Amino acid sequence: MSVFRQALAGLRMLLVMTVVLGIGYPAVVTLAAQTFPTQAHGSQLVAADGRVVGSALLGQSFAGPQWFQPRPSASDYSGQTSGGSNLSPVSADQQQARRQRLDALRQANPDAVGPVPEDALTASASGLDPDISVAYARWQVPRVAAARGVPAAELEAMIAAATEPAALGYLGQDGVNVTRLNLALSGRE
Amino acid sequence: MPPTLAAVLAVLTVVVILAVIHVPLGSWIHRVFTSPTHTRVERLIYRLTGVDPDAEQRWGVYAVSVLAFSGVSILLLWGLILAQPLLPFSQGRSMNVDTALNTAVSFVTNTNWQSYAGEAGAGYLLQALGLTVQNFVSAAVGLAVAIAVVRGLTREHTDRLGNFWVDLTRGTLRVLLPLSVIAAIALVACGVIQNLDEPVTITTIGGGTQVLQGGLVASQEAIKELGTNGGGFFNANSAYPFENPNGVSNLIEIVLMLAIPSALPYSYGLMVKDRRQGATIAAVMAVLGFGAMAALTALEVAGGSLEGKEQRFGTAWSAIFASATTSTSTGAVNAMHESLQPLSGGVALLNMMLGELSPGGVGTGLYSMLVMVVLAVFVAGLMVGRTPELLGKSIGRREITLAALAMLITPTLVLLGTGTALLVPTSRHAMLASGPHGLSEMLYAFTSAANNNGSAFAGLSADQPFLNLALAACMLFGRFVPIVAMLALAGGLSRQGRRPVTAGTMPTHSASFAGFLLAIILVVAGLTYFPSLALGPIAEALS
Repeated sequence: MSVFRQALAGLRMLLVMTVVLGIGYPAVVTLAAQTFPTQAHGSQLVAADGRVVGSALLGQSFAGPQWFQPRPSASDYSGQTSGGSNLSPVSADQQQARRQRLDALRQANPDAVGPVPEDALTASASGLDPDISVAYARWQVPRVAAARGVPAAELEAMIAAATEPAALGYLGQDGVNVTRLNLALSGRE
Repeated sequence: MPPTLAAVLAVLTVVVILAVIHVPLGSWIHRVFTSPTHTRVERLIYRLTGVDPDAEQRWGVYAVSVLAFSGVSILLLWGLILAQPLLPFSQGRSMNVDTALNTAVSFVTNTNWQSYAGEAGAGYLLQALGLTVQNFVSAAVGLAVAIAVVRGLTREHTDRLGNFWVDLTRGTLRVLLPLSVIAAIALVACGVIQNLDEPVTITTIGGGTQVLQGGLVASQEAIKELGTNGGGFFNANSAYPFENPNGVSNLIEIVLMLAIPSALPYSYGLMVKDRRQGATIAAVMAVLGFGAMAALTALEVAGGSLEGKEQRFGTAWSAIFASATTSTSTGAVNAMHESLQPLSGGVALLNMMLGELSPGGVGTGLYSMLVMVVLAVFVAGLMVGRTPELLGKSIGRREITLAALAMLITPTLVLLGTGTALLVPTSRHAMLASGPHGLSEMLYAFTSAANNNGSAFAGLSADQPFLNLALAACMLFGRFVPIVAMLALAGGLSRQGRRPVTAGTMPTHSASFAGFLLAIILVVAGLTYFPSLALGPIAEALS
């Protein structure tokens, strides 16, 4: 068989495969995904007034002491681009970024107790990490309580409600979903 | 649970799952490629494509079929990417001409290096019609070649290695497609999105704005991992919560990457009618693969840094993913590899530098390992003064020349490519870091491209004409030179008769041969790459 005939067979094969795998397969999965409509459409969060205000899977940027802060993000949670800082953990740039974050956090949280958790000082891989550690959430309680005039105990209960434990206790690690936590805070008003 | 215990349990979980699926998946793949009958759908496909499914091909024709199919795929995919601005469901996304060529080569060679960002470069139509399709067929090409190479070892006095179009179709329809459908639905259940909703800008809880992305992500994600492809729907790849929302989806994705490559040695054992041969290869793959996984995990857990990692995965599961993705030629990431500890970045590099055989990509892992088996048999034969033989086939000058070619092409591309790129000002200025970490960045890019992995030290601004073209060339040669060399090798072996086993035959299924094979792999990779590793990750770790 000549090269030309092989190329022709290749072209036909590619077109057939495109129909099967590029149209048929995604269509079948999309239909089957309707069994899980919420997940398939991005686990959207809806506010009390019915507006879509985000996704339970994505972090958001929050300004002001009255909100629980998510992790630092290389893309400021815009959703138009995603990714991390790509800094080596031992690089001078990264050490400086950590110091700056540490200083800013100490300044904004004068009443916080204990060391600043690691996840508060480091940018996530996606820039859209919805979760923080339980330690970091609790570390922020004094600031949020003062800014909102909400008892700390109530905030602790809300943190517990927004905590997503790792499956089986070790497939990943526990996280507090800041987007859900702050949505609960805004709904409280 | 203490972090060390959790990390040990995590690695063991992956080991146990792979051990459980090893035999059933390996047997199934063996049956797919040895079954004499075609299904009705397959017959229809052969009719539509004008292929005679029962006509077997010589190695040369088989190789031309591989190259023709891949060549046509590159041209059409390149065209489809460039046509994006004219096509519906493209969300206004586009790529430059050189970026588009790099991407087309990248997806056809099963590399899935991405010098574009998914959110800006690839619309829904391209992702489904172009990228998802190549995710399947590029993996099926690797699988087909591996099966053809094994046929060369099993057959006697024939010059036929099978029919590429049949192997391609069966691998796609009987292995990759059913597993992908199941995996995709499982991923949707975990939270991976699957829709045609346009991206929308919403007002966030705090009063800011954010874009919520849509897309046919789950269907692409499943084959992205199962086919050891790795090209993310989004820029952040499997770190993006819509691609990998939680610990369960993360485990599914890790298992998908490793499933077929780690089961193929069992299929190999069945095909050569000596399961010990397959077990030997599986053992060597396991020592290298799980050894690297344990080392990377220990380094990351000890380092403790969460820079470039997601809270829901933490250090251990980011490290396991990083090791799985680099030892399988997948290249998907759930954490930014450039932000790994210096030595863990070095382990990720070493996984690729071994030649993607621990267990390697779909199909490519098996035939890359067979290259090393041929070399090991030859070297061992020289050392003890016996005629080198593999499964009764003598390994002579032609065989060793072809195996050496298949083995040497990637280091040549990596070292020449890295050296050149460091000298050329345009690419040198693309580096984010300087010093040893900067070298690692460039070394990683060329190692990833030439070994068809696709992960990156993503600080490198690789989307520029020089790097796009240089890396595309590495991907092409790194993919097709070994394929042609291995098919030629198999074609020669299939013509030979099988020599009977005598007391003088050196067994290739013993523990001592496995140890020797392991040593050959480590010595070859070590001698080739140690200087560059010393100047990059090792220097950074020591400074």
